[in-house]
Amino acid sequence: METLWDALRSLHDAGGINLVQFYNDFERDRLLRGMWTTVELATICIVLSVVIGVVGAWLQGSRNRLLKSIVQGYIQFFRNTPPLVQMYFFYFALGPQLPRIVNEYGIAQPMLGSFEWAVISLSFFAGAFNVEIFRSGIEAVQRATVEAADSLGFNRLQIYRYVVLPLAVRFCLPALNNNLVNLAKTTSQAYAIAVPEALFVASQIWSDHINVLEMMITLLTFYLLLVGVIVWLMTWLERSLAVPGFGR
Amino acid sequence: MSAGLQMPQPARGESGFTATAFNRRSLAFVLAAFLLLVAGSEALAQIRTTGGSGSIIDALVKWTPLLLLGPPGEFGGFVLNIAVSFLAMAIGTVAGLVLGLGQISLFPIVRKISWAITQFFRNSPWLVLLFFVMLLTPFQIRVAGVTIPLPDWIKATVGLALPIMANMAEIVRGAVNSIPTAQWECAESLAFTRMQTLWRIILPQCLKRMIPPWMNWYAILTMATPLISIVGVNDAMTLAQDALAAEQRTELLMPMYGMLLVFFFIYCYPIARWTIYLERKYAVKI
Repeated sequence: METLWDALRSLHDAGGINLVQFYNDFERDRLLRGMWTTVELATICIVLSVVIGVVGAWLQGSRNRLLKSIVQGYIQFFRNTPPLVQMYFFYFALGPQLPRIVNEYGIAQPMLGSFEWAVISLSFFAGAFNVEIFRSGIEAVQRATVEAADSLGFNRLQIYRYVVLPLAVRFCLPALNNNLVNLAKTTSQAYAIAVPEALFVASQIWSDHINVLEMMITLLTFYLLLVGVIVWLMTWLERSLAVPGFGR
Repeated sequence: MSAGLQMPQPARGESGFTATAFNRRSLAFVLAAFLLLVAGSEALAQIRTTGGSGSIIDALVKWTPLLLLGPPGEFGGFVLNIAVSFLAMAIGTVAGLVLGLGQISLFPIVRKISWAITQFFRNSPWLVLLFFVMLLTPFQIRVAGVTIPLPDWIKATVGLALPIMANMAEIVRGAVNSIPTAQWECAESLAFTRMQTLWRIILPQCLKRMIPPWMNWYAILTMATPLISIVGVNDAMTLAQDALAAEQRTELLMPMYGMLLVFFFIYCYPIARWTIYLERKYAVKI
């Protein structure tokens, strides 16, 4: 490894290509930590947004009209407003309204930091799309299947849990794949509220070392890899969950 | 079966375009939520007695022209967001058409390169691409001795057009591939050249199925325009933050950001509904 770093260092001296984010220990550490924050942010948001999607789709099938219109309002609002403004609303407008807590050094600090707000806003944003995706999956389950379960004495929750959901998840995996990739890309907007994720750290590095092009290519490669991993995982999931008799 | 699992029925009286575009219940819901937000903030301000001058509604009314039209005599505000979205969509559509046709080219090398470009721009985050264009293009270019300045908002528009281009390319490719092969074969038997077949037979048929996804991407693009505030363009988002900085009142935070959300909602929601309507109208009946 050391020889590689030395080679990159001499590349900078000789050719002017500054890959400081690799050969400098401090910058490498900083960048890796930023990338890890992005991965963490993406993972937590993916899990939470899927949970929101499942619960929301279940609530949409409820008999309560008020509940249904609240879920519908939530979906339409979050789907049709910019995710960046949503994030600002949560962090800058809602954040200061919450009570402050005193940390172990006796200093008052906001109850939720920027990372937490990014998680909340991105999960709600992607969750709104997930509700629609899961609902379309549920609608694709044949009525006969649901009626069969009903006649076997399953109650509403059991039908949802054991019959509808397992089939619906399989139907909506391709659409879910798209949305989760989009969510992973949208995590870069957490830059705007100073979450130290990949883009934020990268912008710090390129400000310190004026190596915008090199840093930018590194960053774009990282995002391509991240998206690639998600697509690969989803394809694997799709293939391993496939049930005979549906699709080709 | 249990009544709860029944499929959602379309609301009564919801037929035709107007009813589809303006689903009154959702619109009313969002506006009610916004008014609740304003009233709640007002009440909160009363309790905390932060003692601002004038009510929240007055402040919102005062700043609305700035947010919508930008500073007097300058190009900015929500109008700039819309202008950027139009321009980026136009650039992205034309470039995407070229790229999409490149993907179905007869030359393998053109096909591979177009595919690679499409995947690259489709899978990169918008904000990163925006930074890419903003930081790596000069602020002016010289063409044949004439200096052409490139203002920030033009560069931002190009930055937003790149992901649109890649996604348009996918739409074009998908639409062309969805046309039955028989159409190509018939055209060939009538001695049309490949160019003629594409422009006179295939693409006109594609147009109808490309419109709903195209509109969908327009809505997504419009919702991405506040990103240009991060790179320093005077759009509605920047101006809202400026207004908040000028007012220095915490009780204004939620209503101001809320108002911005409502602006975008009122603009994007009808587009989304219209897209659904066209999707249903143009759906292939089986």
